[in-house]
Amino acid sequence: MYKIEKFNELAKIVAEKRAANADLEPRRMTAEEKDNLLATFHPDYKQEEFTVLSAGVNKGDKVPTQLAELLQGKSRISAADVDLTAPDYDTDVLIIGGGGAGASAAIEADEAGVKAIIVTKLRIGDANTMMAEGGIQAADKPNDSPAIHYIDAFGGGHFAAKPELVKNLVTKAPEAIQWLNKLGVEFDKEADGTMVTTHGGGTSRKRMHAAKDYTGAEIMRTLRDEVLNRGIPVIDFTAAVEIILDENGKASGAVLMNMETKELLVARAKTVIIATGGAGRLHYQGFPTSNHYGATADGLILGYRVGARLLYADTLQYHPTGTGYPEQIFGALVTEKVRSLGAKLVNIDGEVFMHPLETRDVTAASIIRECTERDKGIETSLGNAVWLDTPMIEYKHGEGTIEKRIPAMMRMFGKYGIDIRKEPILVYPTLHYQNGGLNISADCSTDVENLYAAGEVAGGIHGRNRLMGNSLLDVIVFGRDAGMNAAAKAKETAVPEKLTLEHIEKFNSELANAGIASETASPMLLPKYARKA
Amino acid sequence: MENMVNVYLFGKKYVVPEGLTIMTAMEYAGYDLVRGCGCRNGFCGACATIYRIHGKQEIHACLACQTEVQEGMYVATLPFFPLVKQIYNIEEIKPTEQIMMQLYPEIYACIGCNACTKACTQELNVMQYIAYAQRGEYEKCAEESFDCVMCGVCSSRCPAGISHPQVAMLARRLNGKYLAPDCGHLEDRVKEIKDGTFEELIENLMQKPIDEIKELYNTREIEK
Repeated sequence: MYKIEKFNELAKIVAEKRAANADLEPRRMTAEEKDNLLATFHPDYKQEEFTVLSAGVNKGDKVPTQLAELLQGKSRISAADVDLTAPDYDTDVLIIGGGGAGASAAIEADEAGVKAIIVTKLRIGDANTMMAEGGIQAADKPNDSPAIHYIDAFGGGHFAAKPELVKNLVTKAPEAIQWLNKLGVEFDKEADGTMVTTHGGGTSRKRMHAAKDYTGAEIMRTLRDEVLNRGIPVIDFTAAVEIILDENGKASGAVLMNMETKELLVARAKTVIIATGGAGRLHYQGFPTSNHYGATADGLILGYRVGARLLYADTLQYHPTGTGYPEQIFGALVTEKVRSLGAKLVNIDGEVFMHPLETRDVTAASIIRECTERDKGIETSLGNAVWLDTPMIEYKHGEGTIEKRIPAMMRMFGKYGIDIRKEPILVYPTLHYQNGGLNISADCSTDVENLYAAGEVAGGIHGRNRLMGNSLLDVIVFGRDAGMNAAAKAKETAVPEKLTLEHIEKFNSELANAGIASETASPMLLPKYARKA
Repeated sequence: MENMVNVYLFGKKYVVPEGLTIMTAMEYAGYDLVRGCGCRNGFCGACATIYRIHGKQEIHACLACQTEVQEGMYVATLPFFPLVKQIYNIEEIKPTEQIMMQLYPEIYACIGCNACTKACTQELNVMQYIAYAQRGEYEKCAEESFDCVMCGVCSSRCPAGISHPQVAMLARRLNGKYLAPDCGHLEDRVKEIKDGTFEELIENLMQKPIDEIKELYNTREIEK
């Protein structure tokens, strides 16, 4: 039961119309309808929320205002703060970030026989990968093919993705699933081994593989276990604050900072992989976020300062179904799998206002329209929300389905007295994913030699909108590729002789010349949530 | 004025609005969290916390990000607990009863006190999954332990020194790799891709003018 009686009353309307709504097959929007909806209601189209960069390699491009402040912010160090001639760590491949991409890269680099270390500002596994609930795509069923997956991903991303990256994503997907399965990841399967797969928004085949609604957690904890079994060093609670270059401008390590003691350390490496993840904790446009505490865009800053270009940094994904109520979990992810399993989106009058499995950007825009222009939202203490009719899942598939397929969701709401098997839940879009990022080539290399990027920090794989299940996939496929390619490059690279941090001063001058020198410490590392009296 | 409650963070009293989680109450009190804060959504186990309500006997364990503050709550966070993780090669071990005996023999010292289950922040039947592990029933152990976030509270309460989350981790990997049925269609597809079956098809798509691929996308058949 809801503590607020109004919600219990309104939920009755949803219950009354459930049978009729369950039978409904809502029409899909036309391409033109979708374009208009996005242009009017999607947050990416609010020009006043963006800033044009005045310095760096993307000068002239617009990015979210909060990101611009950090990209054009002030380094946490100056070159004189560290002794580059006496590195504290020496390795072949330095991996910055301990999420799904970083761990996959480390395993492959280790497999290739080179020395890899992971540095992470929190713990290994403290990452958005851990929180990915719904699933991972791969075209491995007989009625599906990598070519169909290609069309879904490329079209879902508004035809803006880099074709060679989409090709890698879809053709390496089945092997990624097999690799995970052989590491011991438990995918949902039928008794004969057939994968249990469902739709995600914008998929044309049921190719979403899952491990209940702990898919990312199951993958992440297995990768972490494997990293530890291999004895790959993990330097935890240690953030990278600057990339180090050599005298020829090639990436050669990073300056690290102990998050607790603030001690600065130097890591020297032949190649560097940035796998720092996303930016939800920048709360663009004031949105809540489904992201991890550490999702503060650090990798974009590190790369940008040494000259790695950003691609599509102006496109963000607002997951349509963040938690709208209760306050304690406001913005927390309600997995798309809830809709994959048959729950529909319903307004205050109990009307199904759209097909529940349009792409995420379209669905989010449609919910925002319902709550604003159409005024059909349900008012909560934190704004408006719409219903996601979870009991419809068991109405369609029988009792026990929710506990078996989405136990995390049942637990999350259960803690606040809401039984999602019996009561619909309130949802509103939440900042979920950075569609763009550091521009990479097919081999995961950035514009800076010996600097690679993988996972959410990389851009170009998903164009301007990512489909559900293609991110868990991308961290594995591109994480592995980055590990292999950075290892191969390290093998043919000598230990860098002269390390430098000259780029800091150079970038400072550029900021000063543009008249935008700032005191904002960057990268952010962690959001500031503490209330200061 | 919001309703306020008294909470005692590491014994020190703070007055915070009701409705906050323990984590947001700490931030309200002015803490800059580094340890003991991870996903903030109940998936990562970083914020294991132990509390007792003033005047009550019982000790509770929870995730700070998922638990509302209560009047008179005495809170101690447990941002790290020294679990024992044994090293093994997943390719070489087999899902036999002996493997647990070899890697985690302390599970056979379980005295059946059930403190682990009572402490579990995910309300799992921890003692039961350890019993399955003792008997080499890894599939059952994997299923029973599946929602574990490896926060370590169970182990902090265990008189036998068992690292329950690591035992379960091993059981799940054994189950996922060796015991769960192999997937035929996955193996077939990986082989087809290696044989280059889709190469030309995808190269063609990559070369297509945007208008043509838009047409393909907008008219594609969607599986019911």
